[in-house]
Amino acid sequence: MTTSSITAEVPRQRGGDAEAPVLEVRDLHVEFATREGVVKAVNGVNYSVSSGETLAVLGESGSGKSVTAQAIMGILDSPPGRVSKGEILFRGEDILKLPESERRKLRGPKMAMIFQDALSALNPVYSVGNQLGEMFRVHQGMSKKDAKAKAIDLMERVKIPAARSRVNDYPHQFSGGMRQRIMIAMALALEPDLIIADEPTTALDVTVQAQVMDLLADLQREYNMGLILITHDLGVVADVADKIAVMYAGRIVEQAPVHELYKRPAHPYTRGLLDSIPRLDQKGQELYAIKGLPPNLLKAPSGCAFNPRCPKAQDICRTEVPALLPVTERDGTELAGRGSACHFREEQLHG
Amino acid sequence: MAEFDKKDDAVDATPGISEVDVVEAATETAAVAAIEAPVDRGEPILQVRNLVKHFPLTQGILFKKQIGAVRAVDGVSFDLHQGETLGIVGESGCGKSTVAKLLMLLETATSGEVFYKGQDITKLSGRALKAVRRNIQMVFQDPYTSLNPRMTVGDIIGEPFEIHPEVAPKGDRRRKVQELLDVVGLNPEYINRYPHQFSGGQRQRIGIARGLALQPEIIICDEPVSALDVSVQAQVINLMAKLQDEFNLSYIFIAHDLSIVRHISDRVGVMYLGRMAEIGSDEQIYEHPTHPYTQALLSAVPVPDPEAREGRERIILTGDVPSPANPPSGCRFRTRCWKAEERCSTEEPVLAIPTRFQGVNTPAAHESACHFAEEKAVLAI
Repeated sequence: MTTSSITAEVPRQRGGDAEAPVLEVRDLHVEFATREGVVKAVNGVNYSVSSGETLAVLGESGSGKSVTAQAIMGILDSPPGRVSKGEILFRGEDILKLPESERRKLRGPKMAMIFQDALSALNPVYSVGNQLGEMFRVHQGMSKKDAKAKAIDLMERVKIPAARSRVNDYPHQFSGGMRQRIMIAMALALEPDLIIADEPTTALDVTVQAQVMDLLADLQREYNMGLILITHDLGVVADVADKIAVMYAGRIVEQAPVHELYKRPAHPYTRGLLDSIPRLDQKGQELYAIKGLPPNLLKAPSGCAFNPRCPKAQDICRTEVPALLPVTERDGTELAGRGSACHFREEQLHG
Repeated sequence: MAEFDKKDDAVDATPGISEVDVVEAATETAAVAAIEAPVDRGEPILQVRNLVKHFPLTQGILFKKQIGAVRAVDGVSFDLHQGETLGIVGESGCGKSTVAKLLMLLETATSGEVFYKGQDITKLSGRALKAVRRNIQMVFQDPYTSLNPRMTVGDIIGEPFEIHPEVAPKGDRRRKVQELLDVVGLNPEYINRYPHQFSGGQRQRIGIARGLALQPEIIICDEPVSALDVSVQAQVINLMAKLQDEFNLSYIFIAHDLSIVRHISDRVGVMYLGRMAEIGSDEQIYEHPTHPYTQALLSAVPVPDPEAREGRERIILTGDVPSPANPPSGCRFRTRCWKAEERCSTEEPVLAIPTRFQGVNTPAAHESACHFAEEKAVLAI
């Protein structure tokens, strides 16, 4: 962590077993105490990310995708929010059990987050150079001068033109795409093992979105980082993800490698999402639409949370919560890395 | 102000566009009659010619001095035909929302004309203007801020009737509002509820019901679904398509989601920095784009198909959109264009069918404002 310009072609050797996931979330539950009652935002989420891997977490607003990320980072608003159950293993160690001072040492050098709205995530009264350098000053005790030099390096690495002359500019002086690059630079500063990107390009135009996603993918490859990409855009997911977790009402309803998911979804919600994308051959026809509305988490429906909107709902769906179980091929062989929380997952998969 | 505009006035940015049958109404009654007259399907209903909107930049507190202008819309021309949907796409800051505001007469145009059934609405006043406003309605982007939180749904949808009482007599309004709620797929019993009691998709339906209240002929939709969840977007798009058939509406559909625009539009216009870069039928624009900006825009759209990511060619533009206060000389796209040559910085390309495609029966023969217009296959969405 001393060299500033790394041009490694081979993925750098990271600490720990190469096969073991960087991060593993096990049966995570998060709830928020509100005046109207307890909102169960996350109800038993399991996922893992390895070095160099991109996990896309797909879901609508209110599905719990961002809350899960906040719980991992330890930036959950608490109160009212709290992790009521579960484990978050970072390199095999449950970080929920660590004291706050220890977790603080993780944020930055080990895991970092990129937020959706860069303008509100950056501090408007400090220059970007100051904010980028803060990482080095606080975590590595660097001097102001060295930290600024590092900040310029970082800005160059995320391809901000004329970095040296812009290091003292303030966030409002940058365009949306450049601001998002600064957010990326800040997350990368201490070369973490894991980056969580929460809707990193939602606020950007498509041409700029393509630039930013490209940059993120390049840097991830260079540093061999694990990346959790939180988004609701099926197009972005198809472009960059290795595997996908689809969330609905605080649960993962389907998990699959990217190609498999688009080819053969095993959950009616995923199927509905894919079908509601306008396609060329459907021009002039009615779009498929998932009927109804996302559930209110204060009074989630009994049984499967998707049952009021599901075209295939049966009695069992209204009484029993389906577990996330592996799906199998017709002949019974298990499909690697796939899971679906639907009572009729096999029927859904095989049509 | 005038001195900033003079130099551009002479440029006719769109030479090939159709002639306007200007209606000269002698009296206000004649003007209203012309506005009320029906238009046949497929005939132009709205014709926009060289529309310009410059927002002045001033300096000084006591003595305001104009130091420049943000050229938000700088010479845009297009036709909207009866019963069709014209999609307008472009990045943020390209002027698409300003165009919508100008068409709604929410902003005063710096210059240029907007002909509605042959009459320039920017010059109308009194009863004729009121009649036009009734016929052109708008649906806004953000259903959370475009509905007054202190009014009930019934008041919100019924408010247009207060301004235009001829559409619904007083005793009849409640029933009309309930009908409208039913039309947009909401329970008519919700009439006394407040906006906060509804979800985003339902609120957008309320906004659409308000737009429909006066039985308009044109609805201008400014990003009507971009604030909604993916699973709800399709519902609203379907509703809008259904209403278009039912009420014979013409839409101007402004959005940045290219796949949705393609789904709903008959023709599509691509805007860049206050100008129309390319316009044509949905097939011409999506399958046979000839303007480099359209090609870059289309190739940058993430395709929801992981199979496509290895093989596809993506044109990644460098840099950001230049400031509309100080647009580049000549072609405005030249600073980010990979084809740019000397000529592009001196000579402004006009929006016309490129000479090489003129008289040739090919889908590439549509208006494109580029000196080096040529077809390039970019993966269609």
